[in-house]
Amino acid sequence: MGVASITEMTDTREHMMLRMRGIDKSFLGVQVLHGVDLDVRAGEVHALVGENGAGKSTLMKILAGVYQADGGRIELDGQDVAFEHPLQAQHAGVSTVFQEFNLLPDRTVAENVFLGREPRDRGLVDAGRMNAHTAELLQDLGLSWLAPQSPVRSLSVAGQQIVEIVKALSYDARIISMDEPTAALSDEEVELLYGLVQRLRERGVAILYVSHRLKEIFDLSDRVTILKDGHLVDTVDTAAITPDALVRKMVGRPITSFFPDKLPGTEAGDVRLQVRGGGNDQLDGIDLELRAGEITALAGLQGSGRTEVAHALFGVERFTRGEIRLHGRPVRIRSPRQAVRAGLALVTEDRKAQGLALNQSVLANARLVLDAVTPRRSARYARRVPGILSSLDLVARGYDQEVRFLSGGNQQKVVLAKWLATEPEVIVLDEPTRGIDVGAKERVYTLMRELAAQGVAMLMISSELPEVIGMADRIVVLSDGRIAGELPRGSTEEQVMALATGHDVDEVTSS
Amino acid sequence: MRSGTRPTGMSRTANRVADVAEAPTTAIRRRLGTTELVYLALLGVMVGGAILVALQDKNLFSTANTVEMLSRSSLLGFIAIGQTLVILCRSLDLSVGYVVALSSLVAATTMDGDPARVPLAIAVTLLVAGGIGLANGLIISVLKVNPFITTLGMGLIIKGYLDTEYKGPAGAVPESFRQFGYSRIGFVPVSAAVMLLAAVAGILYLRKTRTGFHMYAVGGNAEVARMSGIRTGRVMVTAHVLCAMTAGVAGLLLAARFGTGSAEVYENGYELESIAAVVLGGTFLMGGRGGVAGTLAGVLILAELDTIFNILQVDPFFKDVLRGVIIIAAVAIYARRRLDVRASRARFGGDGGADGGPPPEPPPRHDDDPARPHQGGVR
Repeated sequence: MGVASITEMTDTREHMMLRMRGIDKSFLGVQVLHGVDLDVRAGEVHALVGENGAGKSTLMKILAGVYQADGGRIELDGQDVAFEHPLQAQHAGVSTVFQEFNLLPDRTVAENVFLGREPRDRGLVDAGRMNAHTAELLQDLGLSWLAPQSPVRSLSVAGQQIVEIVKALSYDARIISMDEPTAALSDEEVELLYGLVQRLRERGVAILYVSHRLKEIFDLSDRVTILKDGHLVDTVDTAAITPDALVRKMVGRPITSFFPDKLPGTEAGDVRLQVRGGGNDQLDGIDLELRAGEITALAGLQGSGRTEVAHALFGVERFTRGEIRLHGRPVRIRSPRQAVRAGLALVTEDRKAQGLALNQSVLANARLVLDAVTPRRSARYARRVPGILSSLDLVARGYDQEVRFLSGGNQQKVVLAKWLATEPEVIVLDEPTRGIDVGAKERVYTLMRELAAQGVAMLMISSELPEVIGMADRIVVLSDGRIAGELPRGSTEEQVMALATGHDVDEVTSS
Repeated sequence: MRSGTRPTGMSRTANRVADVAEAPTTAIRRRLGTTELVYLALLGVMVGGAILVALQDKNLFSTANTVEMLSRSSLLGFIAIGQTLVILCRSLDLSVGYVVALSSLVAATTMDGDPARVPLAIAVTLLVAGGIGLANGLIISVLKVNPFITTLGMGLIIKGYLDTEYKGPAGAVPESFRQFGYSRIGFVPVSAAVMLLAAVAGILYLRKTRTGFHMYAVGGNAEVARMSGIRTGRVMVTAHVLCAMTAGVAGLLLAARFGTGSAEVYENGYELESIAAVVLGGTFLMGGRGGVAGTLAGVLILAELDTIFNILQVDPFFKDVLRGVIIIAAVAIYARRRLDVRASRARFGGDGGADGGPPPEPPPRHDDDPARPHQGGVR
């Protein structure tokens, strides 16, 4: 296949693979890209950063042929190109791994990789050749443990991402752009992705890498391009810039202390919610105490049962063993409705699927829980909703705008407003800052501090260790559905990882 | 570069992700696939039915009863095979019942008692049926009208035409073609043999042709299919044409059985019964998953149930109640199995502790972990 031709290009590192010049793009009269330039060399990892709404996704989608630019030129290997359809881009060697997976869960890895181009023998699909081809591609990447015949449904998120990348390579991709590839990966899986990116780079494949995570940008990228409000800010060698300087370029202002300090007067009060010996299919022996005014973090690898704990507390997949006490009294929470009535709130991990009715207005979403669970008090409470929304610095055209048009950060604010309106006593936040921009993250953190000062008990689930370390009063670490240990405020990322991966448990718990 | 410094890290990571990938695969291998489950259910119905029938000193597997069961299955079988294709594409066809009626009339009136006109009649019938499928497919894929509405409307159009044009039976089928309805080889009716061949063709079509593959893609996620360069409209149209044509074959079979064409057969509700058979056969109503093999079993289950109820002389109304219960129960089981994909990854065996049962075995890694006083069994 084209693998040979890709390796030949390795020695031409400085070769400019892609040149985008003066790209303009408007949607409904609003200009979202203003003459943006982007150069990507063969064999480099090029990070693309900027707050949500800066135009990263739009630029990527123009490159991928999903959108067409209003102005500007795209040059691929010195040739002018204009992609009208993603498929055209793909055949020209430009592949994109989007955040939403483009896979068929009920079909096998090989069937997904060769979808639309199934090899044929005398008119019939040649499954043998298809599987062999896929196995070859996987082997080239050192992923021979992944079976071409396994259904995609059975793979972990990382596994599915790998299938996407293999699919891109099967088109002889010379440029692969990845939109927040690690957003849903555990740290361990991120390592795997790093390794994969490394191999691709060595083959001379150029990688355009969009991420919100600074650490990844500095770990992986050779150069970084910063966008702000649709304008190109700068393109720099990653080695020549500090994280602080990069953030300043992204937000246009320095973020002095990223994680805000506790507000004065915040102190841990009584135990609000207590779980003793909680367990079900996925969990066992869960003991938890959430205190008023305290932020407890729940850390652990992907699949360690973090979200399951949230779901169990909230009555989604409830505990079949053990007991939950609220204010010291045993309670039965059998459904989310009962959970809400008991004063709990759950900010779900996946806001698009579980947090919002995307085609409804900001206001309708913000009133959703109120209207559904406490209709009698609804009218009285609902008057507060606009105030809550504006206190969160929500940016929307109006409260009647459909939430699907909002940026990720603003969508998350709507979800938060929805729960704040119910005045919960205990809030479970599952990945509260996933996929939202730096500014919105900061607002979420400040909000958590404000809630703590008001005496709300919080459980924050997060796969971002800096967030866990920076925000939590106590860190409970899960591993394989059990509590591996608890760490006090001021613990290090290494200590959390040690517990989460199940190594050196004794040394750490003694601290 | 890096790979040299962290080979152990990489392979450990790889192993872990592999675990995640492997574990459910083996779990699925231990669990039955949906198609196997449907055939097991068929076997169960046959054994259970045979016992009930034997209690009345009758034999479910006697030649007469077997012939009846297979004859019943052939008509529904044709329709359900086509219906499987459209449902796999996340569409459905509510016009098939009317297509069957129209086809029987087209066939019988074209033949008009003349054996020489049989080939012509078959061709015309399949063409008319295929034309209706083409219209359905184009309306759905080009005009983007919801399939439910499209085929409901198409059915009404055909019904109106039939009601005004045909007040009673029309046309005559020559004896030679009536053989398709009546003759048999041993205990297998010719119509059932043809239906089985059609089923095999359907299975191969879905498993061996690109269009077949693409039907799963269009039904699984149309956007993914489109982004992969699949012309989703063509796939959808193909499925609808094939579906209407199998309904056309069912119409031919009806004409052969009755000796004439009949508009009234649309009252038999083949459209809903075929959807029931498809769903009973384990094809996901939302598309992208399933196949003709399961549908065949679904059809045979329904036919066998009918045969058993007939022998036992079950009240016809109660018969419908039973069939309704069985269909809903089956789909409820499939829905549970879909949800159970998570449970198949359960770490802590089922609900063992729910009623104070023994605590599940802890994974070995935590054997010496003293930090968990409340393990399982606590309520």
